[in-house]
Amino acid sequence: MKKRSADDWVDDCYLEVRARILQIAADLDRIDRAGVPTGSAAQRRQQLEKSLTILLSDDPDRAAAIQHLFSRDYQSDWRENYGLRDSSTVNERAQV
Amino acid sequence: MDFIDPHIHMVSRVTDDYATLARMGCVAMSEPAFWAGFDRGSVDGFRDYFEQLTVVERSRAAQFGIDHYCWLCINAKEAENVSLSRDVIAMIPEFLDRPGVLGIGEIGLNKNTKNEATVFLEHLDLAMQHDQLILIHTPHLEDKYQGTRMILDMLCDDPRVQPDRVLVDHVEEHTIGEVLDRGFWAGMTLYPVTKCTPARAADMIERYGNERLCANSAGDWGVSKPTAVPDLIFEMRRRGHDEAMIRRVVHDNPRSFFAKSGKFKTAVRGA
Repeated sequence: MKKRSADDWVDDCYLEVRARILQIAADLDRIDRAGVPTGSAAQRRQQLEKSLTILLSDDPDRAAAIQHLFSRDYQSDWRENYGLRDSSTVNERAQV
Repeated sequence: MDFIDPHIHMVSRVTDDYATLARMGCVAMSEPAFWAGFDRGSVDGFRDYFEQLTVVERSRAAQFGIDHYCWLCINAKEAENVSLSRDVIAMIPEFLDRPGVLGIGEIGLNKNTKNEATVFLEHLDLAMQHDQLILIHTPHLEDKYQGTRMILDMLCDDPRVQPDRVLVDHVEEHTIGEVLDRGFWAGMTLYPVTKCTPARAADMIERYGNERLCANSAGDWGVSKPTAVPDLIFEMRRRGHDEAMIRRVVHDNPRSFFAKSGKFKTAVRGA
C-alpha cells in the first residue's frame, strides 16, 4: 500500500470533518438555547466539553482517550467484591 | 470479494437481506444466540430458539448459497435470571453436536453485575467441558472498558482456556490492544452510533495489523446494517490496501478461527 501523506488525509477528510464539527456546534447551540442542564444531564454536558479538549490536545491516541473519558473505571478487586472464583471451580461451588 | 460475516443475527432480518448479502459476496455467516428484545420466560423458549438457529436459519441461508453457522448460550441480559440461565446451560448440550454449531456464544457481560459474571463462568465451564470454541459479547458504551477487563480476567483465570479458541467481539480503540496482546481473537463490530464505523475499523487494522482480527455487522433487530462488512472492504480499497490484506480480515481470519471447531465446512470459492 502506498503510504498516504498528511496532506492526502486532510484533503480526503476535510469536508466530512467540517460537516461533523458544524453538527457538534449546532448540537451545543441547541442545548444552550434550551437553558442550563441539571443533574445527570449537567454531568453529561460537562463530559462532552471535556471530550472537546481532548480533540484539541496533542494526544496521539485521541480516540482511545475519548473512549476512556466516557467509560467506567475498572476495579481490579471486582472478584473479591463479588465473591467469585474462576470457572474451573464452578462444579466445586455447585457441590458445596 | 468473498467475505464471511462472523456475527450477524439473521433471525431478526428479512429474507431480502440474505439475497443482498449473497450478491455482495457473502459466502458464510455465523449467528450467535442473543437477546430477542424481551426476556424469555422458560427454557422451552430457548429450546425453540436453538431449533430456529440450527435448522431454520441454516435452511433459509442455504437458499442463497450462504453457509449458516451458529453459537448457543443464554445472553448476558437474561443472565440476571440465574435459575433460568442454569436450566438453559443444562439444556445446551442437546444441540452441540448439530451441524453448524461452532461453540458457545455470545456470552459476556452487559451491566457487569455479579449474576452476569456467575452465569459467564458457568458458560465458560460448559465450553471447557465440551471442548467448544467461545464467542464473547463485550458490553456497550460506558460499561465496555470495565466489562471487557472483567471478561479477560475470567478467561485468563481459567487454565483450561486457550486464548486462540476465543473471539472477543465488539472491540473498540480502548479495548482492542489488551484483547490481542493476551492472545485472543478480536472482532470489530460495524454498527451505527454505539460501536464502530468502517473508517475507525480501518484505522484499527492499520494500527494493530490484521492478525487475529475480524469484522462483523452484528446486524439485528436494531438500527443496523447487515451489509456493513462490504462497507469496510470499500473503505480499505479506497485507502489503497491490497486485496490480500483486506481478504485476510473479512474472509481468511474468520475461516481460520471457525475451522478450529472442526465443523466449519465452507469451501474456498475458485480454489
